Amino acid sequence: MNARKLVVLLAYVLFLLVPIYWLLNMSFKSNTEILGGLTFWPQQFTLDNYRVIFTDRSWYSGYLNSLYYVCLNTVISLCVALPAAYAFSRYRFLGDKHLFFWLLTNRMAPPAVFLLPFFQLYSSIGLFDTHLAVALAHCLFNVPLAVWILEGFMSGVPKEIDETAYIDGYSFPKFFLRLFLPLIRSGIGVTAFFCFMFSWVELLLARTLTSVDAKPIVSVMTRTVSASGIDWGVLAAAGVLTILPGVLVIWFVRNHVAKGFALGRV
Amino acid sequence: MKVQNNHAWWLVLPVFALVAFSAILPMMTVVNYSVQDIFDPTTRFFVGTDWYEKVLTDPRLHDSLLRQFIFSACVLAIEIPLGIAVALSMPTKGRWASLCLIVLAIPLLIPWNVVGTIWQIFGRGDIGLLGWALNALGFSYNYAADTLDAWVTVLVMDVWHWTSLVALLCYSGLRAIPDVYYQAARIDRASSWAVFRHIQLPKLKSVLLIAVMLRFMDSFMIYTEPFVLTGGGPGNATTFLSQTLTKMAVGQFDLGPAAAFSLIYFLIILLVSWLFYTAMTHGDQNR
Repeated sequence: MNARKLVVLLAYVLFLLVPIYWLLNMSFKSNTEILGGLTFWPQQFTLDNYRVIFTDRSWYSGYLNSLYYVCLNTVISLCVALPAAYAFSRYRFLGDKHLFFWLLTNRMAPPAVFLLPFFQLYSSIGLFDTHLAVALAHCLFNVPLAVWILEGFMSGVPKEIDETAYIDGYSFPKFFLRLFLPLIRSGIGVTAFFCFMFSWVELLLARTLTSVDAKPIVSVMTRTVSASGIDWGVLAAAGVLTILPGVLVIWFVRNHVAKGFALGRV
Repeated sequence: MKVQNNHAWWLVLPVFALVAFSAILPMMTVVNYSVQDIFDPTTRFFVGTDWYEKVLTDPRLHDSLLRQFIFSACVLAIEIPLGIAVALSMPTKGRWASLCLIVLAIPLLIPWNVVGTIWQIFGRGDIGLLGWALNALGFSYNYAADTLDAWVTVLVMDVWHWTSLVALLCYSGLRAIPDVYYQAARIDRASSWAVFRHIQLPKLKSVLLIAVMLRFMDSFMIYTEPFVLTGGGPGNATTFLSQTLTKMAVGQFDLGPAAAFSLIYFLIILLVSWLFYTAMTHGDQNR
C-alpha cells in the first residue's frame, strides 16, 4: 500500500472515530466536569452514568424492548423473504418485474408519510404499543431489502443444483431446507445483519407505534432532557450503549460483509 | 434462462401480503385524507382536489422542497467521490481489511437520533470538541444560531454517517474485479489513473448506481438527524421535507394538505427510483 492511500484512509478513520471518542469520553465524566470546562479525557473517571442506566428499569427495559422487536423483525423478514427471493431468482412469472419494483418502492417510501396511518391502523387492530407492531412496521423497508439481497445471493447458485436434486427425488421443501439454505448461509447471515441494522437505527415509526410497554431505547433517551437542563453524562452513556449491539453483530458477519454490501450481485 | 412458472406466485404471496398490509392500507388512508377536510373523527367533507391546489402554491412547501433538493445534491456530490476514494485506499485482504470494514460500518449501526446527539454534543462551543476547536481557532461557529454553520454541520454529519455505505459498496465492487484485468494493465504499463478510469470505474458502474440510488432516497427522506441536531432551525434553514410534513400532520393537524403533499413527495421519489431502476436493469441486459 502506498503512502497516499494510507493518508486518505487514516484521515477518514480519524474523522469517523473522533466524534465517537468524544461521546465515550463524556460518558465517563460527571456532569459538573462536563460543564466545568473542556477536558480531553475524564479527569475524575466515573461509572455513575452507566450505573443510572443499569439500575433504572425504565432505562434498561428500553434496550430490551428494542432488541426484542429488532430480533422479531429479522426473523419475520427472513422467513417471508427466503421463498420469495427463490421465486424471483429461479422463475419468470406473471408480473414479476413489476412486483419486484413495487417492493423496492416501499424501501423508498418516506416514513413521515406513513406515521399517522400506521398509528391508526395498528390502533384499530389492537396492536398499538406491542413489539409486534413495530416489527411489522419495520417489515415495510426490511422485507424488500431482504428479498433484494437474497435474490442476488441465490442467483449465484447454479441452477443445475436444483435440477440434480429433483432428479434425485428431493421434494421442494426438503431440497430448500436441507440443500439450498446451507449453500447460501453467508447470504442469510448478511441479510439478517442488514435487517438488524435498519430496524435498530429507525426511530420515527418505533416511537410513533409505542407508548409504555414496548417503548424503544431511542425514545427513552429523550428523557434526559428535564427542567434542570440536559443530563449530558447519562445521555452520552446511553448513546454509547446503543452503539455496542451493532458492533457486536458486525463482528459476526465481518468475513461476508464485503460481498453482502454488493447486495449479493457482484 | 429462467423458467416460466406462474406457480411461483405461491412463494411470493407471503411477502406480497405482508408488504401490502403495511404499504397499501396506509397509502389508501393517506389518499383518503388528501381528498377530505377532517374536523374530528365523525365530521368530514369531501373536497376533491382542493388540497392539491393549495399545496402546489404553498411557498413554505416550495422552500423546503428546494432545500431538500439542494441538500441531496450536496450529499451526493461529496459522498460518492469520497466513498470511492476511501474504497480505493482500503487494504485488500488480511486482518487490517476486516478491521477497516468494522470501523467503517460503525456509523451505519448507530441509531439515527444518537447520530444527531453525537454531533449535537460534538459541535457545541462549550462542551464539544469541534465547536470548541473552531472557536479557539478564531472562527465564530455556532450551529444553533448561524444558518451557514447549521447547514454545514448537518451536511458534515450526513457525510460522517453515510459515506461508509458508499465506501463499503464500492469496496465490495472492487473485490469482484478479476486479477487478470490488473495483470493486463501491468503488461500495458497503464498508469494508476488509467487503471482507475478504464478498469475500476466501468466495473463499479452497477454498484455505484445502487449507491447513488440509496443515498439519494435516504437523504431525500432525512428526518431524525437534523431534527435532533438543530430542530430545523435556525429559523427554517434546516427544516427538510419530512419534517415540514410531520409538523403539518401531527403538529398543526392539517391532515388534508399534509396527505396531499405526502403523495406528491412519494411520487417524486417513485419517479427518480424508477429512472435508476431502469438504468440498472438496462445495464444488466447489456452485460
